[in-house]
This record gives sequence, C-alpha cells and structure tokens, in this order.
Amino acid sequence: MPSPTVLVVPAYREAGRVGVVVRAALALGLDLDVLVIDDGSPDRTSAEARHAGATVVRHPFNLGYGCALHTGYCYALRSGYQRVLQMDADGQHEAAMLPRLVAGLDQGADVVIGSRYLEGQRPPSSLARRIGTRLFAWVATRWTGVRITDPTSGFQGLSHRALASVVNDGFPEDYPDTDVLVQHHRRGLRILEVPVRMHARLGGTSMHRGARVAYYGYKMMLTLLLLPVRRATPLRAPDTVARLS
Amino acid sequence: MTFATITATLGDLEPLPERQRLVAFVIAAGLVVLIFELVRRRKLREEYSWVWVITAIGLAVLAWHQDLLLTLSHWVGSSNAVSTLFFGALLFLLALVLQYSVRLSRLTHRYRTLGQRLALLEEEMQRLRSEQTRDEKQPQRLADDRDEVA
Repeated sequence: MPSPTVLVVPAYREAGRVGVVVRAALALGLDLDVLVIDDGSPDRTSAEARHAGATVVRHPFNLGYGCALHTGYCYALRSGYQRVLQMDADGQHEAAMLPRLVAGLDQGADVVIGSRYLEGQRPPSSLARRIGTRLFAWVATRWTGVRITDPTSGFQGLSHRALASVVNDGFPEDYPDTDVLVQHHRRGLRILEVPVRMHARLGGTSMHRGARVAYYGYKMMLTLLLLPVRRATPLRAPDTVARLS
Repeated sequence: MTFATITATLGDLEPLPERQRLVAFVIAAGLVVLIFELVRRRKLREEYSWVWVITAIGLAVLAWHQDLLLTLSHWVGSSNAVSTLFFGALLFLLALVLQYSVRLSRLTHRYRTLGQRLALLEEEMQRLRSEQTRDEKQPQRLADDRDEVA
C-alpha cells in the first residue's frame, strides 16, 4: 500500500474539469492516492481523470452521487486505506484546503466537514437552497450537539472507523447530507467542522436544480424522521460491495 | 345491527343489472384467457400472474352471487352494486401499484449493488492485467540486458 489515504472524487459529466481537480490534488505533495468514480459519464471524464494520474472506477451506468461515493468508500475499505478524503469534481472545492481536512483527522475526529460558512464566505446560491441549508444546519446541530454550519458540504474527511460505518448499511444512494451526519453521531463518531474556501462550479450542471431541490427537502425530512426506527437496507449488510472475494 | 335489519337494508340496494353481470363475466373470462396466454408466451411470469387471476375470479364470483355483492355494498356504504365493483377495482389497482413500487425499490437496490460490484471488479481486473503485463516484460528486459553485457 503506497499511501494510507485516498481522495475519492465522484464525477459525472465532468470532462474539462476533473483533470484540473485531480492534478491540483496530486500537486499538493500530500501522501495520498486519487480515486475518481466516474458515475457512468457519456463524455471523456474517465479518460481525463486517468490521464491526470487518478485511479478510475467506472459505473456501467449512472447510479447517483451517493452511490458513487459509496463505491469509493467500498474501494477504499477493500484496498486497505486508513482514511478517506472526498471532494467534488466540478472545481467547487479547492484542493489547497485538503490539508485542513487531514489536520482535522489528525486531531482525532472521525468525520471532518469542510464548511464554506465558518469563514463568513457566502457563495451565490438560490433562495430555496439558502433556506434549506439553514434549516438542515439547524436540525444537524440540534441533533448532534456539534455546531454544523454546512451540512450539505461534500468536502469531507473520514477516519477508518467512519469508513467502516458508511460502507455498511444505511448510506443513502442519492443525496447523502444531514441524514448521514446524524447517523454518524448516532454511531458515536466524532464530527468536526473546519473552515474551507469554495468556488462556483467551473462549468457543467449542478445536481441540485429545479424540482430536485423540492424532492431533496422532502427526502431529507422523511429520512430524518424515520432514522431512529428504520431497518437495515437489504443487500447492504454486511459489506456486500466492499467484500468481493 | 340484527340480521333482519341487514336483509331489509340489502333490499333497498340496487342490484347489478343482467347486462352488467354478463359484461362482468365476459371481462373476467377474457382476463383469465389473456393472463394464461401471456404466461404461455412467457411474456408474464407466474409470480405476477396470480394477482390478476384472483381478481378475475373475484369479479366473476361477485357478478354471480348478487347477495355477496349487495352485502359487500352494504359494508362499504355504497348505494348501488356497480359502485362497489368500481370501488373494488380501484382498491385492486392501488394495491397493485403499491406492490410494484415495493418491487421496484428492491430491484433498484439490486441493480445499484450489481453496478457497483461490476465497476470494482473491472478496475481490479484492469489492475491485475497491467501488473501481469509488467511482470511478463520485466524478465524479458533483464534477459536482454544480460545479452548486451555478454
């Protein structure tokens, strides 16, 4: 194993951007491998990521953001990585902020969330998204007892304990956000938020758009409501995807 | 409510006209034939066919036994038998769609897991293949180097 850390980058239709992101992460000189999960993109996302120096796992068809992350977690666990960093492939997350996530994990946190709001930054977003973020930040803070300002941030670091937890049952397949944070808390994992800078997307389309924002709100509320009484997901327990042989 | 009251109330309900009974029979019989034919052609699996066959039988029984249909109408508070049949059809469709949603959710879990496993296996296969190619080339290179020195 060359490195104990892997950076998971879920990507869908990110040709023209994913290569930049991978190169920026590798240029930092951190001791990490970069893994791009191509979520069935019809464009050159895989080729670009591979050319930039990343290992690529390619879904045969589009399975969703959460599923792409889950595949990355499974890969990390079965390859023996000790911790996982994750960032988006659209250029929103700045690679230079990765050491802050690593520092958070070094401090003993199991889940480190990169928050764009801790340093007072307000990237442009729609009113519905701002209201949603505020609401779910409040829910996550009340439920976990940890101050969470950016529950929808996909810029995160996970310890091995957290990795084992997300690989097994219950990781959502579409929008893993507040519900996952609450689940982490219920499993006794230590959550920490660190300030990061984020940018507008380099291009492409966001997965949070149109009617999906309304569905996101509904889905998150329902999941949170049922979280304490929900049964295990069929086929996910134990380690169906992570243990292949 | 006594048996006598129920019988009296049933007397007030409008029964199914003869023509509608006949139509119901024809539909039920047609449905059974269609389902059997679809199963025969292997276009419908047995596991999905039984709900339809049960429905067709239910429809035929209700059309045949007027008393049963009228009693059912009384229970659901319907004023005429035709409405009860419609109500039954609506309930059946509701149950069927719900059952399909449940099956669809299960299938979604399955195809996603399969997709993930396939992606991971492909990556592993590519990695092993490139390692094998590298291992095969290495002894050849060493042999070439030895030849040059000699």
